Amino acid sequence: MSRRENTLLQGLSRLESRRNGHDPVWLKAFRHTALQRVSERGFPTAKDEAWKYTQIGRILDVAFEPAEADASLRLSSAAIDQLAGDLGGARLVFINGYFSPQCSSLKKLPEGVKVKSLASALAEEGESLEALLSRPFGEQTHAFTALNAACAEDGAFVQIPANTVIEEPIHLVFLSDPGAAFPAGPVVSHPRSLVLAGPGSRVTIVETYAGILDEVYLTNAVTEVILEEGAAVEHYKIQNETETAFHIALLDVRQERDTQFATHSVALGSLLARHEVTVGLHGPGAKATLNGLYMPQNEQHLDNPTTIDHIAPECISRELYKGVVDGRGRGVFDGRVIVRPGAMKTDSSQTNKNLLLSESARANTRPQLEIFADDVKCAHGATVGQLNEEVVFYLRTRGISQIAARNLLTYAFVGEMLELIRVQPLRSHVEKLVALRLSAGGVGMVAA
Amino acid sequence: MSAVQKELSELTSREYQYGFVTDIETDAAPRGLNEDVIRLISSKKNEPQWLLDWRLRAYRHWLTIKEPHWQNAHYGPIDYQDIIYYAAPKPKTAGPKSLDEVDPEILAMFNKLGISLGEQERLSGIAVDAIVDSVSVGTTFKKKLAEVGVIFCSFSEAVLDHPDLVKKYLGSVVPYTDNYFATLNSAVFTDGSFCFIPKGVRCPMELSTYFRINQADTGQFERTLIIAEDNAYVSYLEGCTAPMRDKNQLHAAVVELVALESAQIKYSTVQNWYPGDKDGKGGIYNFVTKRGKCAGANSKISWTQVETGSAITWKYPSVILKGDNSVGEFYSVALTNNRQQADTGTKMIHIGKNTRSTILSKGISAGHGQNTYRGLVKILKSAAGARNHTQCDSLLLGSQCGAHTFPYIDVGNPTAQVEHEASTSKISEDQLFYCRQRGIPVEDAASMIVNGFCREVFKELPMEFAVEAQKLLSVSLEGSVG
Repeated sequence: MSRRENTLLQGLSRLESRRNGHDPVWLKAFRHTALQRVSERGFPTAKDEAWKYTQIGRILDVAFEPAEADASLRLSSAAIDQLAGDLGGARLVFINGYFSPQCSSLKKLPEGVKVKSLASALAEEGESLEALLSRPFGEQTHAFTALNAACAEDGAFVQIPANTVIEEPIHLVFLSDPGAAFPAGPVVSHPRSLVLAGPGSRVTIVETYAGILDEVYLTNAVTEVILEEGAAVEHYKIQNETETAFHIALLDVRQERDTQFATHSVALGSLLARHEVTVGLHGPGAKATLNGLYMPQNEQHLDNPTTIDHIAPECISRELYKGVVDGRGRGVFDGRVIVRPGAMKTDSSQTNKNLLLSESARANTRPQLEIFADDVKCAHGATVGQLNEEVVFYLRTRGISQIAARNLLTYAFVGEMLELIRVQPLRSHVEKLVALRLSAGGVGMVAA
Repeated sequence: MSAVQKELSELTSREYQYGFVTDIETDAAPRGLNEDVIRLISSKKNEPQWLLDWRLRAYRHWLTIKEPHWQNAHYGPIDYQDIIYYAAPKPKTAGPKSLDEVDPEILAMFNKLGISLGEQERLSGIAVDAIVDSVSVGTTFKKKLAEVGVIFCSFSEAVLDHPDLVKKYLGSVVPYTDNYFATLNSAVFTDGSFCFIPKGVRCPMELSTYFRINQADTGQFERTLIIAEDNAYVSYLEGCTAPMRDKNQLHAAVVELVALESAQIKYSTVQNWYPGDKDGKGGIYNFVTKRGKCAGANSKISWTQVETGSAITWKYPSVILKGDNSVGEFYSVALTNNRQQADTGTKMIHIGKNTRSTILSKGISAGHGQNTYRGLVKILKSAAGARNHTQCDSLLLGSQCGAHTFPYIDVGNPTAQVEHEASTSKISEDQLFYCRQRGIPVEDAASMIVNGFCREVFKELPMEFAVEAQKLLSVSLEGSVG
């Protein structure tokens, strides 16, 4: 491992001494293994197929310091509404990766429902979490996931008992405030969240990631969702970090029989972001829906790797990702669908559409199918193109300005994704963000 | 297994019919690879010093690089010191001047393969360059082609007779540093075909090369170079077979195509190397680098391939679209049966303005076959108005096989339009039922459906090849359906 890679590992010893005494024995050993994995394998390079288009040299160049919990950090409820939107339900706020009870509002929830910080869950029922926390940490795990395993101390813990339905969304807000961090300087946070949906339960989870100051920081998040038989989870992720930040995240989902899982990812922020989604369909009759919108502009690089693993027969997967690339931005989609031997009657479709708005915009798309069973229906498609000039011309003949016409058409392209957001207040919040992006960004300015 | 499936599975088990060995006296280099072997190859062919130097440069570079293993295929290590790098049928005379002087054993072998060199000359009007193991044994129609200025001969002859052309274009599309197997080929290539179509000439007949591996433990490393000058046109066909042997044999060829302004090259391959037996024993490792360069404006290169043989096929016939308005096409049918593995596709590199490319790939997997489409469409910033359409479909016959699609799309120009679509399915019971209802046996029905699936590609093949390809497909599929 090179010297610069060590910078990300620096300060870990301090973290370790701080944690001593808190961690259960298994967790200590687990962290140790994870850390060893990082130092043995090193960070991914361009030679790693999964990281071909996303080079992380820029992240490794920064001397990050691990963030610390600081109870004195406070944000007004209005400020959080501004950053993340007010969705009406329970809201857990994390600052630099640590739970902030002062900023959070926990509404009354049905009996048996647990919504709390991972730190308190570890303190109260640590032993029972062992299998769960170590699960996404497999052979293929890359250095960032391993680093999260080694360092994560806090995050959200949501457990829904059997046959319980929660109507209002549970909002998890992860804010980074590098200015307030101690010691001052680029901070890295490693939030780790766990969502357990019991048999027949139904819940909506919204994750929002945002930054407060235009400083360099790294969010290295791992979220795990487990759906037991017949459960239904709707998941949203709004990544709106500042444009100076780095964001690496993994959403790992395990679906049992007859479960329904849908995730909607909206990637707007970060200088470099990689939001990975992996879904394992372990029980027959499960359905997974993956939607994503990414809108890199300026120098932004937004990568969206997804893997859907059809292990059980008779599962359905639907995937739709759209990219709008402007400025010198780069959008990457890397979707894998695997159909394992025996996963008969699999029905899978995958679509990726990209809109390039400027001369220097760049899009990479790689929809992949790996099929080891014959009685399946699988299709995928990908397109990269630009706005239809004839349509722009039509609008201009109707007296609409060039810029307005292009904005209108871009918004229409994006609109399909926004309409899929079923949580009304969240949709208005995202619509506002996207509209702001389109009017402020260079859309239309590059028109010939 | 239903009765239908059973019949289907019986359909797909006919043996490889080109697996015979012909007893020809052979002149071979010692086993293994070192600079002396390269010098030996070079001196056997009376090559000029510059070519030997080029070979040695390639060899020294090869020593510094590692064998790649990123492809979606699994095989044991290749012992490069256990391969015979040069094997040539021993000439009975000083070297055949015309077909009459070619060893009758060899002529008989080609007759057995259904390629009658003598008959071809009189009847079919296709010029053939026949290559056995390492060297070209005969080229037909040379004179007639020379009348219009077309040069069509073996690579070794071209090196001696047209050194300037060879020197100018050799390695201009696939440099000797390109990849592990291309570098190996550059060091040890033995023969191949050379074809030059001068300005404004439309080649009056189809040109064709037939490759045959005969000798055991040899590797075949041929090199083909085709140059079409301004406004020239040529259609080129390539076919290959090999005997059945328990040991894997390596075939690492390089094909370079250069199309200058408004030139057109159509390159068709029917690849039927020995695929190994039912359990995957033996067979050819077909690791080939094929690339064309549309160097001039308005030029066009079209690859059509039917890949039914080889234990492992690993190749990506590519087009570099450098000239403005140039066109690249790739039509492919790849079939994997039993334990065959194929990782094939194409690369379309768009550099010039308004360049267009079409990719149509049909993969068929049966038995334990693993079929992978891997393709790259790269639109550089300079390629304004570039256009690509890619379609890759997979057909699965049997529950043990696999079909995989790995397209890479990299777009750096907003005026480009790129589309990719892929689907995977199996032969539907309904289709089969419909055919059976009309009195068509399952075997024929399956064959019909598969042929229908491949039709779009077959129609790109020259007529004689299209018929051969259809036959080949039904033979290769025997025993695999169900």
